[in-house]
Amino acid sequence: MRIKQEKMLIFFCMLSFFILSFIIIVLAEPIFSQFLFGLNDFFSTCRDPEVLSCIGLTIGTSFLATGIACLFGIPLAYILARKEFFGKRMVESVIDLPIMVPHMVAGIALFSVFNRHGMIGAPFSPIIRFFDAIPGIVVAMLFVSAPFFINPVREGFQSVDPHLENVARSLGASEWKAFYKVTVPIAYRYILSGIGMSWGRGISEFAAVLLLAYYPMVASTLIYERFLMYGLAGSRPIAVLLMLICLGIFLSFRSVRR
Amino acid sequence: MIEIKNLYKDWGAFSLKEINLEIKRGEYFVILGPTGAGKTLLLEMIAGFHSPDKGEIWIDGEDMTTYPPEERNVGFIYQDYSLFPHLNVIGNIRFGPELKGIFKEDIERESNEIMRLLGISHLSHRYPNTLSGGEQQKVAIARAIITRPSVLLLDEPLSALDRRTQDLLREELKWVHQIEELTSVHVTHDQTEAMILADRIAVMMDGRIVQVGAPHDIFNKPLNEDIASFVGVENILEGEIKGKRDGIAIIDVGDIELNAVSDYGEGEVKIFVRPEDILISKKMQESSARNSIRGKIIEMTNFGVVIHLQLDNGLIASVTKLSAEDLKLRIGEEVYASFKATSMHVVKKRRL
Repeated sequence: MRIKQEKMLIFFCMLSFFILSFIIIVLAEPIFSQFLFGLNDFFSTCRDPEVLSCIGLTIGTSFLATGIACLFGIPLAYILARKEFFGKRMVESVIDLPIMVPHMVAGIALFSVFNRHGMIGAPFSPIIRFFDAIPGIVVAMLFVSAPFFINPVREGFQSVDPHLENVARSLGASEWKAFYKVTVPIAYRYILSGIGMSWGRGISEFAAVLLLAYYPMVASTLIYERFLMYGLAGSRPIAVLLMLICLGIFLSFRSVRR
Repeated sequence: MIEIKNLYKDWGAFSLKEINLEIKRGEYFVILGPTGAGKTLLLEMIAGFHSPDKGEIWIDGEDMTTYPPEERNVGFIYQDYSLFPHLNVIGNIRFGPELKGIFKEDIERESNEIMRLLGISHLSHRYPNTLSGGEQQKVAIARAIITRPSVLLLDEPLSALDRRTQDLLREELKWVHQIEELTSVHVTHDQTEAMILADRIAVMMDGRIVQVGAPHDIFNKPLNEDIASFVGVENILEGEIKGKRDGIAIIDVGDIELNAVSDYGEGEVKIFVRPEDILISKKMQESSARNSIRGKIIEMTNFGVVIHLQLDNGLIASVTKLSAEDLKLRIGEEVYASFKATSMHVVKKRRL
């Protein structure tokens, strides 16, 4: 009788196995091949200062973009979670748009806005240069990763019953205190998840960054360049190193979230 | 003391119109009304969660209309308890006092005292999601009263609980109200709850306060037909006053004549009689019951302890299960329905 009842679960397990193995094979194959056939290349890559500085730059700029997304995205997510207003649907679609726009298109748009003569690039040109500069990397990453931060955080705020904020207010908490003593701690998992998602999305961005800021090179640009020049043998060690670092960071992130 | 003066609020599906109320210090005041009447909105406005379109709210002699909730010193208890899920029981109870910067030792002493009073000391380190409904509501009460609010606002605090827990917590609420001498405003749609707890009741319908009075008056002397049917007056008869004899009005209701105590001398009226005020017997009653009407039972509805009888003359009477068995009542039986002149409430029929 037991088997009969769990038929669906067994079927689901089989299907899950396929998608999981697909992801695992694609991710693990380069790592294993590298370790089996090119361990020396891998170690020399680990010591290559250009590679290390590129990876450091990627992680750092993505973190900065996530920080900016936090600062401006948390208030936006809260308003979207709590208030109804005219054009709300429109705002929500606009936020989702960077997920759907091909990133080459996003790159062209970013370039036209942030180049020296662009709408934002021009007035800022005396203070900040975006084209082929770190600020350019950050804005490109921010553009593509913002929805990955805002959406889970909005969901998190929606999961906090407004009654809880009301009760906190009646107990003597100001609006601000109710927000950071009740709303944020309850939505905290969602905020962490938004940070992780947006940060990871920033690291992985290539096309948008490429068009606005080819230099200084981020990891994906470097891998692309090495692939064009030296093929798989020259690019795979960097790819594997980046994958391992990201895996390490994400695993520690998950353990913190628990 | 709370004074609400000419309050208006339009808030989507709910609206409040022309609310005027005066709730005395230390009073247990119940706002009774059907779902969607705007009761919760009114309560939330007293707390300051919404600002009125028009009108004023005074608490303890101070105009608080524009004050934010944190400056009103009110306690609020929701139907869903609304405990902070990220804090344990102690954390929830100490939330208010800690915000006010009270000394740690004082907070500790007071919270222990309140937990002991409410019998929840053993739960102090548990998290809300591990507590039963009744336990959660006790924590919510403790959290609200530890800040010594000048007013305690309760939004359907018992509705989510099972019967037994409801009975226990109702007693608890009454007792807390007495020892703390709190001015309490309790919103509910449950008549039993209102009847047992209230010093005074305000009936609210469609965003308006339609009647304010002592529980007995609300349930026995509703001002109009809508209120009457909401508070469980199942018999609403139409008739015309024919004259008065010894101060008792003689009212012509279709083909029968009824005797009722009435303020009116003439005109078309409506008569309200609660089903439990009707005595059912097999023989004509010659007692103090002034009206006795014959009828045939056409329907019997079982409500557990009581049975509602629908008679063919339109009257609905409620009898206990025991007396229904004693009288061997069954459908098709001829019985007498008797009720006193004083248990009838007569109001003037509204002109359309």
